[in-house]
Amino acid sequence: MAVLTAGELRKGSKLEIDGDPYLIVDFEFSKPGKGQSLYRCRLKNMITGTQLDRTYRSGDKFNTADLEEQQMQYLYSDGENYHLMNTSSFEQIEMSADAVGDASSFLSENLVVSVLLFDGKPIGLTLPNFVELKIVASAPGIKGDTASGATKTATLETGHVIQVPLFVEEGETVRIDTRTGQYVERVKV
Amino acid sequence: METDERVVLRSRRRFLEIRCRVLRLIRAFFESEGFLEVQTPLLTAAPAPEVHIRPLRAESGLFLSTSPELHMKRLLAAGFEKIFQITRSFRGGERGKLHHPEFTILEWYRSGASYKDLQQDCKNLTRFTCRAVAPEAGLYFRGLRLDFEGRWEHFSVREAFRRYAGWDPGPDPDQDRFDLDMVEKVEPSLGFPVPCILEDYPKSQAALARIKQEDPEAAERFELFWAGIELANGFSELTDPLEQRARFQSAIAKKKEMEGIGYPLPDAFLKSLEHLGPCAGIALGVDRFVMLLSGAETIDDVVAFEPE
Repeated sequence: MAVLTAGELRKGSKLEIDGDPYLIVDFEFSKPGKGQSLYRCRLKNMITGTQLDRTYRSGDKFNTADLEEQQMQYLYSDGENYHLMNTSSFEQIEMSADAVGDASSFLSENLVVSVLLFDGKPIGLTLPNFVELKIVASAPGIKGDTASGATKTATLETGHVIQVPLFVEEGETVRIDTRTGQYVERVKV
Repeated sequence: METDERVVLRSRRRFLEIRCRVLRLIRAFFESEGFLEVQTPLLTAAPAPEVHIRPLRAESGLFLSTSPELHMKRLLAAGFEKIFQITRSFRGGERGKLHHPEFTILEWYRSGASYKDLQQDCKNLTRFTCRAVAPEAGLYFRGLRLDFEGRWEHFSVREAFRRYAGWDPGPDPDQDRFDLDMVEKVEPSLGFPVPCILEDYPKSQAALARIKQEDPEAAERFELFWAGIELANGFSELTDPLEQRARFQSAIAKKKEMEGIGYPLPDAFLKSLEHLGPCAGIALGVDRFVMLLSGAETIDDVVAFEPE
């Protein structure tokens, strides 16, 4: 764990404050008249997402947050926690639903994801930009209507509901952009 | 993807054109007021010892000038009455939307004058420059229309703190609390939409300013703010060589502790003070002035090149 002084802080720096990892999302150097250098930061708690504003002085010191990303394969959910396996060490870990967050909408068995660890504990999960998921329920579409742009709801194998074009059928697999949560195209399996 | 430097520089053309006009207007203004334009050394062995200003080191015991102040006062002490200078100054560790370690400073000095005369200069200079530069639609900065014709706002530091920070700093406030509230609460409230004079600093924040005769708890120092941005710092100059020496020695001791560098006393300057009569001087950040007059978001836009 490295030590930073206030003068070394930048937008994007990750610090440990009161036991939590924080990301500096906004940063401004400031100096009143003949006064001391001050560093105004907007910090985002990387676990809870809450933001706070803090102003630091030149002499202030910080520990950088001990963060690392590991590739993990999703195994199963026991209803409360998510179980994943580190793809290089084969070690299994548990993640709370809170830490997995919205990513659970597109998390299917055996998917390899990136898990963010803070002090060795999983605090966040990043999906691949695109995932392929099976439609398990959707009202029958209207044949031939491919150009109108009309959509209908469809339930994915994860239980999450998305909008798909009318021609997409139950039992088919679709590609989804996990950053927008939107349907991209149909996938021939 | 890295942006081609030429694209960035071309995008700054408008700011650089306004910068060029502002520099010419500043010179025209001081010429019309009968000032002599001077140039003083950028390399100095003894920069003004100020606790929170870190000089950058040049070779062989020399430093880059943190402000032309001491040399300009030596000229005043030799009998020059009205002098001004537009020059570069250098301050280590300062980088932000409003700070570059190398920046352009305008300083002017009047002998036989006080900080009140400088406040009037600020009003005249600002109005003169803005009238010449402002487009018909007005001057806009961060979405705010700047008013350069209206009557300026005036606060004493104590009034401004009571109003915006909710406490009275008195003559000797806690430095950390004072600086923090100045930056977080007071400065962002000053100068909307007319410029604001913040004056009569607590005695402990006097820097090189004279103590006010009618109020020994305050220093004859003021700062100019516009749209929440600090533009200038001026004062009735301290001319007492003994008091000045004592303040320098205390700053040198603090700097030795903080930076580990033993700065020399500016002896030539201290000696010149024996001949310096009442006078007043002020420094104005030219880059920030251009930002306000051109609506630039950051100092980078108005200097073309970012610090390396």
